[in-house]
Amino acid sequence: MRDARARRTIGYAAAVALALLMVAPFLWMLSTALMDEFEVYQAPPPLFPSAPRFANFTEALTALPFALYFRNSLILAAATVAGQVITAAMAGYAFARHRFAGRTPLFAVYLGTLMIPGIALLVPRFLIVDAMGLVDTVAGLVSVELVAAWGIFLMRQYFLSLPRDMEDAARLDGASEWQVFTRVALPLARPAIATVALFAFIDAWKALLWPLIIARSPNLRVVEAGVASFHGMYYANWPWQMAAAVAALVPVLVVFLVAQKAFLRGLAFGGFK
Amino acid sequence: MAELRLSHLSKVFAGGVVGVDDVSLAVGEGAFTALVGPSGCGKTTILRLVAGLEEPTDGSVHIGPRDVTWLPPRERDVAMVFQNYALYPHLTVRENIGFPLRVRKIAAPEVARRVRKAAELLEIDALLERKPAQLSGGQRQRAALARAIVREPALFLFDEPLSNLDAQVRAQTRAELVALHRRLGATMLYVTHDQVEAMTMAQSVAVMAKGRVLQEGAPMTLYREPASLAVARFIGSPSINTVTGRTTGTRFEGALSCDARVAAHAEAVLAVRPEHLVLGPAIDASPAIITLVEPLGPESLVRLRLRSGEDLVARVAGEAPWHVGDDVGVRVVPGEGLCFRASDGARLSARRDAP
Repeated sequence: MRDARARRTIGYAAAVALALLMVAPFLWMLSTALMDEFEVYQAPPPLFPSAPRFANFTEALTALPFALYFRNSLILAAATVAGQVITAAMAGYAFARHRFAGRTPLFAVYLGTLMIPGIALLVPRFLIVDAMGLVDTVAGLVSVELVAAWGIFLMRQYFLSLPRDMEDAARLDGASEWQVFTRVALPLARPAIATVALFAFIDAWKALLWPLIIARSPNLRVVEAGVASFHGMYYANWPWQMAAAVAALVPVLVVFLVAQKAFLRGLAFGGFK
Repeated sequence: MAELRLSHLSKVFAGGVVGVDDVSLAVGEGAFTALVGPSGCGKTTILRLVAGLEEPTDGSVHIGPRDVTWLPPRERDVAMVFQNYALYPHLTVRENIGFPLRVRKIAAPEVARRVRKAAELLEIDALLERKPAQLSGGQRQRAALARAIVREPALFLFDEPLSNLDAQVRAQTRAELVALHRRLGATMLYVTHDQVEAMTMAQSVAVMAKGRVLQEGAPMTLYREPASLAVARFIGSPSINTVTGRTTGTRFEGALSCDARVAAHAEAVLAVRPEHLVLGPAIDASPAIITLVEPLGPESLVRLRLRSGEDLVARVAGEAPWHVGDDVGVRVVPGEGLCFRASDGARLSARRDAP
């Protein structure tokens, strides 16, 4: 009895410590976002602002055209989410349920691309996009992450885990293969779709390197590039940068909460036999 | 409604596993046929071949005058009820029942009318707005049935539809399915591993093993005149008693001995239904000891062991007057012992309904 209690206390303590470790950078970001520009440079650095300075947010977000950056980021994220969800769902379903020549080797190749670090693809991708004349265009910006091998993998595994009976029932009920996919398989795969969408959104939202090299004109900059630009070679305005970073975090939080709901609802379906 | 005809149907799976081996079977228009056999005997594969969910290696499937062997499921005009019901969990009961109509682009008012009719027939009209997860097993079963009948298909297929229900609901649903069959006059092919289900519901029963149909016939014909030992053992509960021995012209001699309508002299197995064993002293009775008495009310099952070691079960009317450990004589009702060849289980006894 006492043993169990002690063990539980230790468990909670460890959990709290881990949680603090995870949350601390965010709290520090928030705290810094509310500090005076010079307060940041005191030694030792203060944990809390002496007087919260909310003006940092309005100043940071108007110092650069952040409305435009947010718009660009949203376009990039929306295109990435749409592209990855559609291709992952369709390809994943085909890999899971349809027999076609070269299915296994093709899937292995898809998986193999996961081994290549994205940064190694930067130059070839740029050369291709450049050859297509899409540098410094929205199409060029969104072009490279429309298909994700890991999303295809995830959807395939999820479809494999679903009972085939429902799809067979739909076939007998008169559904075409396309209807079996869209009206039965896809709705059942909601949790997996939510997962793919969530990760696609986060990946697109935090993307910096590709948007930076593909966008020459300032009009095509994304939020992350805006946040980064407060950090100059000789001077960094930490409070503004952190204020912009906090603002950039809000959409991610919103999307995460929405997707999480869909994810849980999907789990409830999955539990039904 | 239409007749279903399978001719020389075979299915060999990738890897060489034979699922169905040269099966020919006909289900008459409006008839109710059950496919029964142990798991893995190929009965579900036959159902899937008829449905179009599998492609045969050989043979053909006809529904009515049409050869549907190579048609996709949706062009076969067949409805199927799955073992786990296969209701769409993201749709309400109403949407589930209406699904076969909606994918066929039938107008909404017509869909609504027919869904209501099917739901009323199965008495689930109060549950139409629920999701499958909110239904009991019996209710899900009804929703799946309603989805099957709503489009009035030429043929109904059932894949062990009652096996996930508890005993009480199962008995009730059994009777309701028979009534539904009578009411719709539909052609039905019903797969089950439960011979009681097959016997009580179907007009014709096909017993399967290892991908083949061993025997097909009316339930009581299978019960009384099994063509092989395998069928004799599969049909009936409790199972038929068997003892080994020899046939010598007109008699079977073994741990039990009796008259046998057999011409051959051969190593044989005698099979006797539990109700065809008589307990009590008699000249030709074999000695046995009672090992268990199971009173069931109107009858009792008496389990006994012959002195030679074989276990038997006898069915006696009312309350059995014996107790465990009692010595008792056992003999076979004249004319009710069936002999089968020991080597391959083929039947040796002449048919009793034969002249």
